[in-house]
Amino acid sequence: MKIHEYQAKELLKGYGIPIQDGVTIENLDQAEAAVDRVHKEFGADQYVVKAQIHAGGRGKGGGVKFSTTRESALENIQNILGMTLVTHQTGAEGRLVKKVMVAEALDIKQEFYAAITLDRSKGLDVFMVSTEGGMEIEEVAKTSPEKIVREAIIPGFGLRNFQARNLVLALGLEGAAAKQARGIFKKLYQLYRELDCSIVEINPLIITDQGDVVALDAKFNFDDNALYLHSDIAKMRDLDEEDPAEVEAEKFNLNYIKLDGSVGCMVNGAGLAMATMDIINQVGGSPANFLDVGGGANVETVKNGFRIILSDENVKAVLINIFGGIVRCDRIANGIIEAVKELDLNVPVVVRLEGTNAEMAKEILANSDVAIISADSFADAANKVVEAAKG
Amino acid sequence: MSILVNKDSKIIVQGITGSEGSFHADQCLAYGGNVVGGVTPGKGGQTALDGKVPVFNSCTEARKAVQANVSLIFVPPPFAADAIMEAAAAGIELIICITEGIPVAQMVEVKAFVEATKSRFIGPNCPGILTPDEAKVGIMPGFIAKKGTIGLISKSGTLTYEAAHQLGTEGLGQSTCVGIGGDPIIGTTMLDLLKMFEEDPETEAIIMIGEIGGSMEIEAAQYAKEHVSKPVIGFIAGQTAPPGRRMGHAGAIVSGADESAAAKKKLMAECGIIVVESPADIGRTVKATLNK
Repeated sequence: MKIHEYQAKELLKGYGIPIQDGVTIENLDQAEAAVDRVHKEFGADQYVVKAQIHAGGRGKGGGVKFSTTRESALENIQNILGMTLVTHQTGAEGRLVKKVMVAEALDIKQEFYAAITLDRSKGLDVFMVSTEGGMEIEEVAKTSPEKIVREAIIPGFGLRNFQARNLVLALGLEGAAAKQARGIFKKLYQLYRELDCSIVEINPLIITDQGDVVALDAKFNFDDNALYLHSDIAKMRDLDEEDPAEVEAEKFNLNYIKLDGSVGCMVNGAGLAMATMDIINQVGGSPANFLDVGGGANVETVKNGFRIILSDENVKAVLINIFGGIVRCDRIANGIIEAVKELDLNVPVVVRLEGTNAEMAKEILANSDVAIISADSFADAANKVVEAAKG
Repeated sequence: MSILVNKDSKIIVQGITGSEGSFHADQCLAYGGNVVGGVTPGKGGQTALDGKVPVFNSCTEARKAVQANVSLIFVPPPFAADAIMEAAAAGIELIICITEGIPVAQMVEVKAFVEATKSRFIGPNCPGILTPDEAKVGIMPGFIAKKGTIGLISKSGTLTYEAAHQLGTEGLGQSTCVGIGGDPIIGTTMLDLLKMFEEDPETEAIIMIGEIGGSMEIEAAQYAKEHVSKPVIGFIAGQTAPPGRRMGHAGAIVSGADESAAAKKKLMAECGIIVVESPADIGRTVKATLNK
């Protein structure tokens, strides 16, 4: 689960990590009060207005603006709040900005990068810092990987003092700033672990002209599996930032991801679902979605799956590929018939059922009065559905 | 021969009194596996599966009483990490965790804990192991597999069934099918299993079914290049998956390597793995390879 910058900053503040502070608003009529509060509470005379969306590249897209006066800050709020912000991560359709953070502007002397995430191959968390702050970190990783310095966290031991020292040394910090940064890094790992984050990224972490180390931005992701342990974090979820069909699917325990193609897919198991998308692509079609109906597929899941797939207007045909293990194919077949009748489908449906009671299922489908295209094998199913999607 | 489990494996089920646990324990027993008991803290002294097996309070008790050497775990996510560590501490040699949804941070600790013991751990969030005609330790339906000479390693459950089904169509069977799970942190890797299948005299060829993300397939392929004499057939699911859906910036730069399907397939092919492009061609490719 992702959260906004302003929410991540609240969490950082709670852990005693200095942040670029501000006030976040949703309505234009809160603008004046917000700017005045930032002036009063944080002593700011210059402001930064920052669009709050779950995507990177906000600055380049025009979603972050600096203001030297109150008036220009108000103008920037007016421009950014409600704009459709397009960045390299939003796709061409962009994202509607529903919240802005009015933040104090700080004098930046130096910018760094700091992040913690899981290194899957080693099975450890890794703390990374770089002197190349404020940049696209993927670019740094590609062009000058030596500029990213890592410390692996041994499970159960946390970020040790020597590791915090190593990280700070790598950034070339000395004196008071070094001490401050060491404290920040230790607290940051504590936050990462205690809140079950999957990524915390501070980019940039800055040194101000006054010599203070401050988090200027923050991007956090949380481990969905651990949200049951953190109800306060779970409440920070912003459904406006997610695809409505994906949110709807989740209510029914379906794992759905919308794509751009025309062939809707309903599959059990993530691996088989991906493989189904792949084969559709290989035979000349394009998948409209990823949909894993999970191990316990039944009449209800099939119905809900259909509804969600068909909420996408691009879908021209649907492929159901179920390999029944525990799930019985005859039940799925009945579910499909029921769903097709009830939902009054007007796109062709290709069905491939294999596994437990597959023969019985084929008979049920063949004897039904609904128009379903039955497929004999994985390849046959892919060919038939791509053909059907062409119309 | 086979790897990991056979008809002599003494299997206990942690969480045997839960609905998932009892259903699948019964299925494993029905398949002919040697299920010798279960563990549910607080229910020691009772029986499970209609009186067929005893229930113990702890893995240590089960190990003492029935000499269990394999544990199959169905404990719910909040308690699963502890259950895995309990099994390892009790000296259970092989631990298979089916549970889905264990927090990653807990799995990081579990992995370190298990590595400090002599136990081998498979999973979590996996379908388990099936050695045809001998033992089923997990949730794979027994009918999908039949005895044969192909070692099957997979990150995905239903794609394992698909591959086994395709092998069956070609008249081929499996020595052992192992579902390792697709979570970020898992116990036994593809590389570990390649080694085991290479050493298993009954295995003639190995199928490795991977997915986008992580670098496990690459590590296995690089090992295979130097140390595996048997043919390895590989498939990577997710070539059309949208990039970056699960991991943000920091995740993508950790390994510095490309974790896309295309990059993995290219590297695997360079290491001498026979890479299958279409998921419908897995069985056929194995057959063709064996006929060479």
